[in-house]
Amino acid sequence: MKLLLENAHIEGIRYYDAYRKNGGYRAVEKALKMAPDDIVEEVKKSGLRGRGGAGFPTGMKWSFLAKPEGVPRHLVCNADESEPGTFKDRYLMEFLPHLFVEGLIISSFALGSNATYIYIRGEYAWIPDILEQAIAEAKANGWLGKNIMGSGFDCEIYVQRGAGAYICGEETALIESLEGKRGNPRIKPPFPAVQGLWMRPTVVNNVETIAAVVPIINMGGEEYGKIGVGRSTGTKLISACGNLKRPGVYEIPFDLSVEEFIFGDEWCQGMANGKRLKACIPGGSSVPILPANLLLKTAKGETRYMNYESLSDGGFQTGSMLGSGGFIVLDEDQCVVRHTMSLARFYKHESCGQCSPCREGTGWMYRILKKLEYGQGTSADIDLLWDIQRRIEGNTICPLGDAAAWPVAAAIRHFRDEFEWHVQHPEESQQ
Amino acid sequence: MNIQFSPEKMIKVQEIIARYPEGKQKSALIPLLHLAQEEFGGWLDVPVMDYVAGILNIKPIEVYEVATFYTMFNMKPVGRYVLEVCQTGPCMLCGSDQIISHIKNKLGIKEGETTPDGLFTLKPAECLGACGYAPMMQLGKFFKEHLTIEKVDALLDELRAAAGN
Ligand SMILES: NC(=O)C1=CN([C@@H]2O[C@H](COP(=O)(O)OP(=O)(O)OC[C@H]3O[C@@H](n4cnc5c(N)ncnc54)[C@H](O)[C@@H]3O)[C@@H](O)[C@H]2O)C=CC1
Ligand SMILES: Cc1cc2nc3c(=O)[nH]c(=O)nc-3n(C[C@H](O)[C@H](O)[C@H](O)COP(=O)(O)O)c2cc1C
Ligand code: SF4
Ligand code: FES
Repeated sequence: MKLLLENAHIEGIRYYDAYRKNGGYRAVEKALKMAPDDIVEEVKKSGLRGRGGAGFPTGMKWSFLAKPEGVPRHLVCNADESEPGTFKDRYLMEFLPHLFVEGLIISSFALGSNATYIYIRGEYAWIPDILEQAIAEAKANGWLGKNIMGSGFDCEIYVQRGAGAYICGEETALIESLEGKRGNPRIKPPFPAVQGLWMRPTVVNNVETIAAVVPIINMGGEEYGKIGVGRSTGTKLISACGNLKRPGVYEIPFDLSVEEFIFGDEWCQGMANGKRLKACIPGGSSVPILPANLLLKTAKGETRYMNYESLSDGGFQTGSMLGSGGFIVLDEDQCVVRHTMSLARFYKHESCGQCSPCREGTGWMYRILKKLEYGQGTSADIDLLWDIQRRIEGNTICPLGDAAAWPVAAAIRHFRDEFEWHVQHPEESQQ
Repeated sequence: MNIQFSPEKMIKVQEIIARYPEGKQKSALIPLLHLAQEEFGGWLDVPVMDYVAGILNIKPIEVYEVATFYTMFNMKPVGRYVLEVCQTGPCMLCGSDQIISHIKNKLGIKEGETTPDGLFTLKPAECLGACGYAPMMQLGKFFKEHLTIEKVDALLDELRAAAGN
């Protein structure tokens, strides 16, 4: 069942006329006749969880928004999408900009945001044009601007580009950046819902979360909540990459097994070049890597499914996380040490430098991994690496520190023999 | 160089500043730095940053600290075409290392360097959100995806021709 990408293949759906003809903006029509709090209630009932990676219940977050008298509130949409392996929001924005804009209008109305900002990563340099055109079309047709459809609600949506910094996807760093500063995360609490953009109450939501509000309003929160399994309701966009035959963006039902997703004809169609599946990072580079056996089946031998609960079954010992839905697949020829080294370089590059465990630890981990990869490491280095990652976790302002530590921990946990191989075969490790 | 936005760009500047509430014009800083980099030679020289500070009525240091934080802002001159090849995990799995070393060999430059004719800069990049279409590079406003050695060769030839070399 498709709730977001259903109409993605309709000719011209990127533009207003085709989008409207295919049922677009019906949800706004419906929402504007509801009380804002009732919209929040529908989103609560839907069980929708934030699609940016943390999976926090959206309706609950919305109901936490402070409403002090006379202080403007804002909705800020997180389109920074920089987690390696993740490129789903880009797909939504490029191909279904009106679905996104429709979700933004409803959400802005529900939260009372008269000025809503989309913060998009600077490298997606051609997408603001697409979004601005969709916004202009929506405005020309009366869905944005002053007194929308006679509701008395005013709303403008602005697109702001970042300029290359992964950390600006972290919501408080994003807010700092939107205020024209360096992207240094703030200490939470206070959460943005209390003190966010310009210290005003702010809701930050991911692009896919906002888009999901449209089907929720169309079908009603309760109906939406019936789709899926357990606390994984609705559908999820997965961006699949690595050594797959057919990488790309897929909208999956939560009862799909990991095996079916990788090998099924409708999905990734198996591994590229007939290679064997070795390992996978199922939820973006920050989540633990799993070897094939623990990926397809849990430690208890049960089938593993593509949802929040199943992917995290076993905790970090034998499980991983759904995260942002960035599904990275490695074939038998890939070297886990080398891949982990590349991710460590990424985190070292992206650390904002505010906390010493993260600033120093990411660089240190990268240097050790490089030593190991190039055959100059020792067994003691592997232990040291383990020790460093353990000391970063939980000791930093924002979770980037954890995000840098977890991939290293999981790589050692599940692939220690590969690290040892590099120690024992210096001449065969690359120069 | 005369550091002054054209009248059309100045309209755009005012439009951007108007997106924010009174007194919050500093929020326009990053969008303005993008405009400035585009307009004034592809990088942000100190007088350019000072000019932006003047428009927003903020201290120059507030501009420097931001400009140096973000990787898309160039703090020194770059070639006419900046080849930003992604080297992060998912792209690496699909052969980005080979693409990068091919470019290095072919152009005779290392990471971060510019060819002597000022045409190409090689700037390895971290994940650009195109992991499923790897290997890839960013070239100006757009992405070049599903790269192969042959495609890179063709692209370099095409860019050379476009530059009249
Ligand atoms: N999509 C992407 O490109 C990336 C996604 N991530 C994901 O981000 C996640 C971490 O994100 P965080 O925002 O640090 O997680 P978090 O758990 O601190 O917050 C999640 C959301 O819930 C809100 N929230 C939580 N408790 C609240 C309360 N008591 N009152 C009001 N609001 C509350 C937060 O403001 C935030 O919007 C990771 O799990 C990772 O998967 C990380 C990197 C990149
Ligand atoms: C280092 C870091 C980077 C993040 N990058 C993103 C991102 O690119 N996009 C995103 O939606 N959330 C990102 N997040 C999560 C946000 O902080 C926040 O939880 C999310 O935008 C909330 O939206 P949601 O509830 O709709 O998921 C990141 C978090 C961290 C710690
Ligand atoms: S954990 Fe790293 S990225 Fe996050 S605030 Fe600290 S130094 Fe910055
Ligand atoms: S890893 Fe290269 S685009 Fe994501």
